[in-house]
Amino acid sequence: MSLNFNTPDFEVIREESRCIQCKVCVHQCANTVHSYDEEDNVVCADDTKCVNCHRCVTLCPTKALIIRRHPLEFRENSNWCGKAIKEIYKQSQTGGVLLSSMGNPEPFTIYWDRILLNASQVTNPSIDPLREPMETKVMIGRKPEKLEFDSDGKLLTKMPPNIELKIPVMFSAMSYGSISRNAHESLARAAEELGIFYNTGEGGLNREFYKYGKNTIVQVASGRFGVHKEYLNTGAAIEIKIGQGAKPGIGGHLPGKKVGEDVSATRMIPVGSDAISPAPHHDIYSIEDLRQLIFSLKEVTGYKKPVFVKIAAVHNSAAIASGIVRAGADAIVVDGFRGGTGAAPTRIRNNVGIPIELALAAIDQRLREEGIRNYCSLIVAGSIRNSSDVVKAIALGADAVYIGSAAVIALGCHMCHSCSTGKCNWGIATQYPELVKRLNPDVMYKRLVNLISAWNHEIQELLGGMGINAIESLRGNRLMLRGVDLNEKELEILGIKYAGE
Amino acid sequence: MQVFQIFVYIVNKIIVYQVIKIMKVIDALNVYYSDLNSLVDNLIETDNNVTLKNVFGQRYIGRGLPKKVKLKIYGIPGNDMAAYMDGAEIEVFGNSQDAIGNTMNYGTIIIHGNCGDTLGYAMRGGEIYVEGNVGYRVGIHMKEYKEMKPVIVIGGRAGDFLGEYMAGGAIILLGLNLAKNEDIIGKFCGIGMHGGVIYLNGTPDKYRFGKEIAKSVNITSEDILFLRKHIDFYKKTFNNQLNNLKVESFSKYVALNKNPYSNMYCTY
Repeated sequence: MSLNFNTPDFEVIREESRCIQCKVCVHQCANTVHSYDEEDNVVCADDTKCVNCHRCVTLCPTKALIIRRHPLEFRENSNWCGKAIKEIYKQSQTGGVLLSSMGNPEPFTIYWDRILLNASQVTNPSIDPLREPMETKVMIGRKPEKLEFDSDGKLLTKMPPNIELKIPVMFSAMSYGSISRNAHESLARAAEELGIFYNTGEGGLNREFYKYGKNTIVQVASGRFGVHKEYLNTGAAIEIKIGQGAKPGIGGHLPGKKVGEDVSATRMIPVGSDAISPAPHHDIYSIEDLRQLIFSLKEVTGYKKPVFVKIAAVHNSAAIASGIVRAGADAIVVDGFRGGTGAAPTRIRNNVGIPIELALAAIDQRLREEGIRNYCSLIVAGSIRNSSDVVKAIALGADAVYIGSAAVIALGCHMCHSCSTGKCNWGIATQYPELVKRLNPDVMYKRLVNLISAWNHEIQELLGGMGINAIESLRGNRLMLRGVDLNEKELEILGIKYAGE
Repeated sequence: MQVFQIFVYIVNKIIVYQVIKIMKVIDALNVYYSDLNSLVDNLIETDNNVTLKNVFGQRYIGRGLPKKVKLKIYGIPGNDMAAYMDGAEIEVFGNSQDAIGNTMNYGTIIIHGNCGDTLGYAMRGGEIYVEGNVGYRVGIHMKEYKEMKPVIVIGGRAGDFLGEYMAGGAIILLGLNLAKNEDIIGKFCGIGMHGGVIYLNGTPDKYRFGKEIAKSVNITSEDILFLRKHIDFYKKTFNNQLNNLKVESFSKYVALNKNPYSNMYCTY
């Protein structure tokens, strides 16, 4: 065994005058950072194990703990920064592929922050959502070319299946396996109360959650875990996962150690067996093949459920989206390169894919140009952080958004980027029963309800300010957007004017 | 004149429908796949035995069909036959196309002919018997769960990537009627395999296998019983005595590890 070059990333500072040796931190830390020394009656810390998840800080009754970035620095070098050096230490020690969790943390441009919204002044009145009706309901699915009625005004047109969202925000796909049962239950219950949808992810659906079926989107990925007729018919809509923003072009891999009895029953694989999702669906090598899968799902569900196709935002997303519409999908989901994950190879997460803002604008534009935008809904994901991101996404052409990271943050995630270890101290990205029970769904689902309700009110305020009283009227309304700090090419792709124009 | 034609057309339709109802035989010639499949759905409400004639590539036949339903198909069913099937029995008198038994849960498929690619993709339960040869990526990502153990029995040979990502169940290759210099499998057999078992009649060269699969030295009496059971079914079903086939000449291949990539990553 060679010398371990790794040095701690964080420093645990314990104010001894405040510490009462209650050992809460010792019991709470699944990474075993804290330990109690009986002889000296002190609590000690091993900084190297700390991931900065704030669990001990939050639960310390005397607020004796602070976690800081470790002050140890390498010699200043803009090229060989500490991170680059440490990555080489890790790989040369283990020979492993670097694995990260959550979305791309690199300092790429966040276009949401360079887009500004309009408001009414003098020439048209703004609307006060507290006192006037304001609609945030959207329908997701294929829309007919035209509507035909008989002489009595009865609708003759056969309507394609649509699902109704009370608020244009859904919880994106997070599988049971990547997140805990209690996290899943919180998402399901919140979706039900809010009149929106949560997504099973590719890990199947626990039978006890079938009762939330009408607020569930069931996912079908290349591993086909837990996919059967009953599962498909339980959900309100079906999502085919082709790709994910955090790891475009590669498959998934749930290690066997996370496949306990319950996950095994949900995925329908043996306990302890790796759950490997191949990179492609091996029955889809073309748009025509995608059509085959879309219609096999429609056939087995009696054409009653919309079928979504989820792709990662990549260079040719617009052309791919056009193909997806023509393949018969009822909605396209596009996941930007900042989208979160339980685990992804670091190099892929940080370097593959494109920003969702640009992909969204390009796809919406392309589908309009081809006259096929009404054939499907457009749902975007990949780091929607707040209600103004939602409003900007809709003005750029989205029908609705998916949130994943924001939802788990509401459940207590502190963005320590360590999901793949399976030792989530907040009971979210873990399968250890003693950690899972820390997340109480009775309490936590309400935090999700609170978050989305607050966003809904903010969305209404932003809409009202623009003089718009229905979110449908904002969709693709890019005149409501202006750019700052953007070059001409970026403005052209986003299809927006510069502020002041 | 036109009225008369319409009248004849309607009468014709009624007669055809009645015939279908009595015989439970559907003439699938020029019937669009979704119409054909809903016709089958309607028929099985009253009778579980349905025969399809003149099938020419219609997709998704038998998708999701439940237990007790028996389907006989004459012709060539299209892709995704028996997708998500949930217990039905299908017998095909002819060849079949790709992705037969895709994500199948329960049931039995018998094919009197050859089969295309990705037969039994992500199949979780049930049995598939193919009289002749099969294409690429057969049994890909087959899995098993508790009492659900899918089995694919192939009379002839298989193309490349047999049992890729295989996670459970069993594939049996009889290797009948091989031409001279023809091997029972293609290349990359069992690549990415992390569960299940493949029985081959013979011992192909090592280069044809992925690094995740290995020949097992322990062929137990259970293996022999299992093979006999399925070979006997094959004999009976396809009316083939298989006089030269010896169970003792089979090799058993299994995954080396159910966690093949556990040491591949370094978390940070």
